[in-house]
Amino acid sequence: MSTSPPDGGIWEALATVRDPELDEPITELGFVSKAEVHEGHVSVRLRLPTYFCAPNFAYLMVADACDAARAVPGVVSVDIQLEDHFAAHEINAGVAKDAGFTGSFPGEAGGEPDELRLTFRRKAYLASLDRLVTRLTAEGVEPARLRLGDVPESQELARLLHRRAELGLDCSPRSPLLLDQRGEPIPAEEAALQLRFARAVRVSIEGNADFCRGLLHTRYPESAWRDSSS
Amino acid sequence: MYEKDGHQYFVVDGHIHFWDARPSNQANRYGEGFINCFYDYHRNLSPASEVWSLEDFWQQSEERILHDVFEVGYVDKAIFQPTYLNDFFVNGFNTTEQDGVLAEKYPDKFIVNGSWDPRDGEAGLDRLEALAERWSLQGVKLYTAEWKGASKGWKLSDPWSYRYLEKCQELGIRNIHVHKGPTIYPLNLDAFDVTDVDEVASEFPGLKFIVEHCGLPRLEDFCWIATQEPNVYAGLAVVMPFIHSRPRYFAQVIGELLYWLDENRITFASDYAIWTPKWLIERFVDFQIPEDMRGEYGELTPEVKKKILGLNAARLYDIPVPPELDVVEAHAGSGEPIASGPKVPA
Repeated sequence: MSTSPPDGGIWEALATVRDPELDEPITELGFVSKAEVHEGHVSVRLRLPTYFCAPNFAYLMVADACDAARAVPGVVSVDIQLEDHFAAHEINAGVAKDAGFTGSFPGEAGGEPDELRLTFRRKAYLASLDRLVTRLTAEGVEPARLRLGDVPESQELARLLHRRAELGLDCSPRSPLLLDQRGEPIPAEEAALQLRFARAVRVSIEGNADFCRGLLHTRYPESAWRDSSS
Repeated sequence: MYEKDGHQYFVVDGHIHFWDARPSNQANRYGEGFINCFYDYHRNLSPASEVWSLEDFWQQSEERILHDVFEVGYVDKAIFQPTYLNDFFVNGFNTTEQDGVLAEKYPDKFIVNGSWDPRDGEAGLDRLEALAERWSLQGVKLYTAEWKGASKGWKLSDPWSYRYLEKCQELGIRNIHVHKGPTIYPLNLDAFDVTDVDEVASEFPGLKFIVEHCGLPRLEDFCWIATQEPNVYAGLAVVMPFIHSRPRYFAQVIGELLYWLDENRITFASDYAIWTPKWLIERFVDFQIPEDMRGEYGELTPEVKKKILGLNAARLYDIPVPPELDVVEAHAGSGEPIASGPKVPA
């Protein structure tokens, strides 16, 4: 497996692709088993934690990885293959032909999985809100009436702003910190419950990501495995 | 019954299987992929001393089940949850009939549940009636992600599903176990989505909906529904083994469940043969919320553990509990839903 960055910026490009459900780069999750470039021809191999990982998410990752690799300057062609997955054949062929999700599974898919991607971007935003609020609370700062401009710089704030921008939510300094996943301000009386929900979202995503890492390691013992739970 | 530090625990294992996943029964690569996926779950989350060979995992003998679950496993009563998967396995993976053989032979040990599929239409309603009569069903296990011909899954809120739920009420089948996943199909939908549970739980207040593995990996969506629907329960199959490999995550999940639901709506399960009950029960009784999380989640008392390990499921299935093993207030109803306010937009 290639854990070191190959030439040509391909690894960096793939690192911009996130698992939509786990909200982490596919490179860090260990899903990229090979990424090589030879005279402008890119060859990428992807693998997932189980044979039955959801085909909708699998498709999104393969298609996103293909787009990311094609956008690297100097790239002439991209050969991208998902391996050891029950729908690998359909996904690989569909992505190679730019067939879209419905074109990859003719007659079986009821539409493009864009709505699913949006749902999980919203979840990723809520998880980032919980991370920031947890930090502020630990520092003795009451988050309820804060505006973005009042929040001290931190990694958690940067991640939250990134997720907001992705969803097209207000990122201006005047915007309330507590916005729900659709960009509506969270009323003070609902803050405790909504933040509690954001906590549950974060527990879900982080736990799921850990489980997926563990399963990938079980399936491919040679894969790098970072146990973030201990 | 399990005893530790002066406390006695009546144990109901709410979710076990008697499956046949041998290569001779695998119908295609999907059947092989399915059992391999289970085996990876087993290998990944079990302590090293509890890991079996793949051959042992394919099928368990009657003697082995009795040994693992009752002789060394502390379980007082175990509930078979069938998983047909007829498109993946020649004779089905784990059918009511397979499970029923053992349930009939050892009625003091097992309860067998049935299953139905709304895509079977009118004929399936008759079959459900016959199945209920043959096996005196109190519960069913539903598998919404199961393939059937061209269909890659269904929802509890489908019109035909309503017909079947009405039939369950009529037949006295009151426990509806819902398995969400695995992540197979339907393609663009989310097989783990639990919103259909919300709708039918409101429509059928007389039925109990036990969501297996409490909607993981969508814990938050499950909690949000369960807090508003007092007839929705959390089944801990697949959650339990995290107690070994991811104890802090396990503490968070239990903590969230206790916050959003309450201690009366959480039920223990080993998901045998993916995991064995012995080590899960021993670890759970020894388990405590880590100190730095107690401000948020509190502590697990022996009373809460008694309810989760057996008393809650005993209440669902009318299993008699020896008075000395009961917790007096265990029969009080669930608390008021805490989040009856406006819903978080999904």
